[in-house]
Amino acid sequence: MELTRREFVKLSAAAATATAAGVTIPGAQAALAAAGDKGIRWDKGVCRFCGTGCGVLVGTKDGRVVATQGDPDAPVNKGLNCIKGYFLSKIMYGKDRLTQPMLRMKDGKFDKNGEFAPISWDQAFDIMAEKCKATLKAKGPKGIGMFGSGQWTVWEGYAAAKLMKAGFRSNNIDPNARHCMASAVAGFMRTFGIDEPMGCYDDLEHADAFVLWGANMAEMHPILWSRLTDRRLTGKEVKVAVLSTFSHRSTELADIEMIFKPQSDLAILNFISNYIIQNNAVNEDFVKKNVSFKKGVTDIGYGLRPNHPLEQVANNNGYPGADGKPKGNPGKADPMTFDEFKAFVSEYTVEKASDISGVPKEKLLELAKIYADPNKKVVSYWTMGFNQHTRGTWVNNMIYNVHLLVGKISEPGNGPFSLTGQPSACGTAREVGTFAHRLPADMEVTNPKHREATEKIWKLPPGAIPDWVGSHAVKQSRDLKDGNINFYWTQSTNNMQAGPNINGEIYPGWRNPANFVVVTDPYPTVSAVSADLMLPAAMWMEKEGAFGNAERRTQFWRQQVKAPGQSRSDLWQLMEFAKRFKMEEVWPAELLDKAPEYKGKTMYDVLYANGEVNKYPLSEVQKVNAHGIKNYKNDESEHFGYYVQKGLFEEYAQFGRGHAHDLADFDSYHKSRGMRWPVVDNKETLWRFREGYDPYVKKGEGIKFYGKPDGKAVIFALPYQPAAEMPDSEFDLWLCTGRVLEHWHTGSMTRRVPELYKAVPDALVYMHPDDAKKRGLKRGDKVKVMSRRGEITTLVETRGRNKPPVGLIFVPFFDEHRLVNKLTLDATCPISKETDFKKCAAKIVKA
Amino acid sequence: MSTDRNIGVDAVLAKGWLGAHKWLLLRRTSQLGILALFLLGPFAGIWIVKGNLAYSLTLDILPLADPYVLLQSLLAGHIPERLALIGVAIVIGFYVLVGGRSYCSWVCPVNMVTDSAAWLRRRFGIKSGARFSRRTRYWILAMTLILAGTTGTIAWEMLNPVSMLHRGLIFGLGTAWAIILTVFLFDLFVSPDGWCGHLCPVGAFYSLIGKASLLRVNAAQRAACNDCMDCFVVCPEPQVIKPALKGASKGLGPVINSAHCTNCGRCIDVCSKEVFGFGLRFINKADNNAPQGETAALGNRP
Amino acid sequence: MAANTNPQSRRQFLLDMAKTACGVGMFGLGLGLYAKQARALPPMAIRPPGALPEPDFQGACIRCGMCVRDCPYDILELARPEDDLATGTPYFVARKIPCEMCEDIPCIKACPTGALDHKLTDINKAKMGLAALVDQETCLNFLGLRCDVCYRVCPVIDKAITLERTHNVRTTKHTMFLPTVHSEHCTGCGKCERSCVLEVAAIKVFPLHLAQGKLGSHYQMGWEEKEKAGQSLVAPEIEHEYNLPEGFKYEPGRGLSGEAVPPPATSPGAQPGVPQALHGDKL
Repeated sequence: MELTRREFVKLSAAAATATAAGVTIPGAQAALAAAGDKGIRWDKGVCRFCGTGCGVLVGTKDGRVVATQGDPDAPVNKGLNCIKGYFLSKIMYGKDRLTQPMLRMKDGKFDKNGEFAPISWDQAFDIMAEKCKATLKAKGPKGIGMFGSGQWTVWEGYAAAKLMKAGFRSNNIDPNARHCMASAVAGFMRTFGIDEPMGCYDDLEHADAFVLWGANMAEMHPILWSRLTDRRLTGKEVKVAVLSTFSHRSTELADIEMIFKPQSDLAILNFISNYIIQNNAVNEDFVKKNVSFKKGVTDIGYGLRPNHPLEQVANNNGYPGADGKPKGNPGKADPMTFDEFKAFVSEYTVEKASDISGVPKEKLLELAKIYADPNKKVVSYWTMGFNQHTRGTWVNNMIYNVHLLVGKISEPGNGPFSLTGQPSACGTAREVGTFAHRLPADMEVTNPKHREATEKIWKLPPGAIPDWVGSHAVKQSRDLKDGNINFYWTQSTNNMQAGPNINGEIYPGWRNPANFVVVTDPYPTVSAVSADLMLPAAMWMEKEGAFGNAERRTQFWRQQVKAPGQSRSDLWQLMEFAKRFKMEEVWPAELLDKAPEYKGKTMYDVLYANGEVNKYPLSEVQKVNAHGIKNYKNDESEHFGYYVQKGLFEEYAQFGRGHAHDLADFDSYHKSRGMRWPVVDNKETLWRFREGYDPYVKKGEGIKFYGKPDGKAVIFALPYQPAAEMPDSEFDLWLCTGRVLEHWHTGSMTRRVPELYKAVPDALVYMHPDDAKKRGLKRGDKVKVMSRRGEITTLVETRGRNKPPVGLIFVPFFDEHRLVNKLTLDATCPISKETDFKKCAAKIVKA
Repeated sequence: MSTDRNIGVDAVLAKGWLGAHKWLLLRRTSQLGILALFLLGPFAGIWIVKGNLAYSLTLDILPLADPYVLLQSLLAGHIPERLALIGVAIVIGFYVLVGGRSYCSWVCPVNMVTDSAAWLRRRFGIKSGARFSRRTRYWILAMTLILAGTTGTIAWEMLNPVSMLHRGLIFGLGTAWAIILTVFLFDLFVSPDGWCGHLCPVGAFYSLIGKASLLRVNAAQRAACNDCMDCFVVCPEPQVIKPALKGASKGLGPVINSAHCTNCGRCIDVCSKEVFGFGLRFINKADNNAPQGETAALGNRP
Repeated sequence: MAANTNPQSRRQFLLDMAKTACGVGMFGLGLGLYAKQARALPPMAIRPPGALPEPDFQGACIRCGMCVRDCPYDILELARPEDDLATGTPYFVARKIPCEMCEDIPCIKACPTGALDHKLTDINKAKMGLAALVDQETCLNFLGLRCDVCYRVCPVIDKAITLERTHNVRTTKHTMFLPTVHSEHCTGCGKCERSCVLEVAAIKVFPLHLAQGKLGSHYQMGWEEKEKAGQSLVAPEIEHEYNLPEGFKYEPGRGLSGEAVPPPATSPGAQPGVPQALHGDKL
């Protein structure tokens, strides 16, 4: 960055003043840093990986990101990074970046069985529009589908949801967050009526005890783990309990390590509730004032295909029954009293819980005592162990039961906290309404009022937004296979590697000759090469973006470099594609009649050039960002001729402002290291639902769970039920899948960093030495891991970071050469529709 | 008498080219075949023989070990494991039967290097050369053994061109080629048969094993010798021929008894009069006559 | 006799002998010195598991390459003349490719001489080398980052490498996880060095003689000796009595306790194991 001496002096003065006032002006500091560095321009950014949301400073030189540093002023990480974050500057520069659209072709024409050949963007949109229009004609909006991502930037997710739900009038849009956060969402909505955690990361410095339920924070949230560990290290008598189905890096710190049998967390949670009640540890004042009780229906199936035997016998799975009507509703719950709840959980004695879970009674009691002790502040953390669970919604509800019974919630150091796996699972996938059943700000498509409110903000005629719940992630795969969805577009995700039962359910649909599948990605992922059209994507610092992390913190960054070749951001692709459709082609005449001004216009005009999104002129781009980058431009705004990101954000923010999802104004996010919503009067909210902390709780109300009409959170009576598929004599092992610290998700970025690849090159199958011995195997042996759905070949690992108990194996899913998701079962929580990637039956034989 | 340039011409005329190169061809087949067996594993993945000449395991069952290197190891203070001992016993037994220095001419890969140096010497009539005692090799042998004892390491292996070439071909040569080139140039320009015939302690060691070996070259038909001298020119250890070929007058038998004979069979090949043949060491009567020699001679054509 | 009739040739013979002996002797001396130099293993070369200590190994290894052949991961190489170690002997370079620590240790089984000691049957007891975190200044974990790749790839995790936790004073709310190698359990397999993500590894595996320290034999660790003996090595301590205010107790090792004691005046950093009496100014 070029700085004149005078500018330097001015900035120095501004920075000094700011420091004296206790304020940090990131832009000023970034500019100062640039002045000190030879030719490197520094600006603030956010880590591309997990949901922690570490702040980074990004160094650019000659149009290339050449360096990064942990942002010392970022409150989350204070300059630290995990090893993935350390290599951020390399993720955009893998040798095999896609740089132009590639279509399967034979003899110069699209051919489903052709070879990928480069085409222009025009040609790409031509074939996409052709296929999409043909599908709309033949099947209507239900015939098209989109699979998005918790790695979309906020405005990308928002633009996509709008394109699908308002433009194409199809709710068949779902994010990959369905695979990771849907159960948490359903849990929050059922218990509190509003999504996302009430607490924040500062709980880490205030709790006396931490309980990890199916979260290996040591590897998956490395920087948060170092905060948790620090509390354990420096706090007096701070206890850490780790519950998991196998020992891992987090259990290493555990004062109480509990290795339980898969699925038995349900029994343990009910036991704890029972213990709290039996030992008079219920916070009666709190419960009386703030909690209501409900009994959920139980016969809800396992989210498998309707013809599966388990679904045929389930009477509350919501699938069409013999009469064609839905069989009940898996989410249904009826009010009950505290005493009824007490009676319900009373059967979960320590003996029974120990019996089901295999955890010694003493440990169960020790854990229950931590929750019951009124003088101990407890935070419960969970991630995929809870969420990827055929009873994922239940188990989320049940951890809230425990916290609500003792009133340990919504205050510093006390609360249940659902961690997220993706950088914007909260900020994008959840908040902007990319789920098949949702609209922005927690609203739902089935609610007429919500549709109406959305239509108003989006300037749509009444009835524009469809009232049907679209196909969720797993259902989309089934729809593709069954030929119900014929046009499919996925962005920023890699479902062919990350989705369940690849061979059985996903691949056949993508290769179904009736279907046209488009993948937008920076790299030729397993998904991209399985598609018909690959679109090259701009990634991370190649576009202006915003992520929302697990503690409701929204963080922005500026575009630092140009994307290579013809790569374009997901946002550009969505908006540009919208130009290909006249409203007459996507809306029925009677709807269009209600908004005659839209006649003859393109979808782009109606959705984006609508007076809101295009409200901020191009000059704003420079003005808003002058403190960060002089003469700043971003590619989308340059292309469309207005400040696209600001327009989308400000339109989107209308949904939440005044509705407990308040976001600050666009400009201030570009100046701050993120703010935790609701941001009301420029003030962030750290703990929700509690007077003083939460602007939505009025004076004198104390606690108010305002997501529910009666202001009360719900405790649910739900039982322990077995998993969908359990080991038997043939498939005699539990198979659990997951991640490793060094790689993120399907490894499409981290496996392209040579150092990370070298550190952990292959996915191994972790198993107990006795299990290996029993099968005549030893460490390093080549084996086939098989389930009823497929097999992979890999090597046995009996040592190292993960130590499964006898009867369970663990295989990470980052390795595209060993697609463990060929083995997993596409069973989901019937309420949240989130796949259980943690439990299915498998066997191992020597290869 | 042939000139240096056309040794064996008479033999070729008498026996045909093949007949005049029979043992040479067999020997090269043996040398290359053994090498090929070792290379088959690393290059083709067919594991018949593993290891190298120091120690090998054939078909995962037959151990063969070089007694010389193991003697050094022993002197360095280490007692080997059982398999190596078995391997040594087999190897010693074998060479006691077929002649210790058969190793040099039928197995050792350096032989091909020094043979080609010798061939070039003859071809281009390079006569120059430092002459020094063939006994030097025993001094060097003694030195390597003493070194093993005093340093406690198998010091000779740092330089040994024999193992270096063989190991190098199988496991990767590195700069070992320079040492092999030195040997080649030494033989070509400095000293005829300089390495194998004068310096190599490996050969010296095997000559000791083969002192009483069963299989020997003899000059059974020495009466037929026409003094063409081809055998002397071609022989890498020419001093061993004279007593057998010309010793009739001194009452010496026709068998080449010297342990330095490498049983290479070149003398058999190049002799147009079919004087030489392979035979057993015991059939060595001084007053030989043709029929006796005839039956005993393995190498003679019927 | 020849000697009498031809003294000149006899002298010549002796002279030749002396010349040869001298020549060979000098050559031998040179080779011996070279061998001596090569006896110390260079810092980057790690021997296969069970290798006898250098230079015993160089006396026992016949350079046959059987270990190289039977290594299922093709990790071992035989040194070439240009390499810094005895030509033909097996080794691996951890940074390039580390030992996978096979349970059945095929390389040892393949060794015909026992240069790889056949007595080693438990790979956990192998001592190929010893890892050392040689540069704390560049180790990411010492900077507070969460790398700890070396720790997680360690096959003897939590024993050979542990993460020692210490408060990050700069950020005030994070822990630093300091990788710490324990020589008792480190096998020297080299996985840590191999996977260190830095451009030059901060953790390296060295041959044992370079990496491992040795305690002086004149000093023994009292607490260990006591545990071994099961009791004090000298006669048990006599009973002591102390002048104390009422309600107080003073126990050897535990220090002062009693109801009237005010909250401990020790600094937060004080170790609980230190007798508190030592801090008291009155006692």
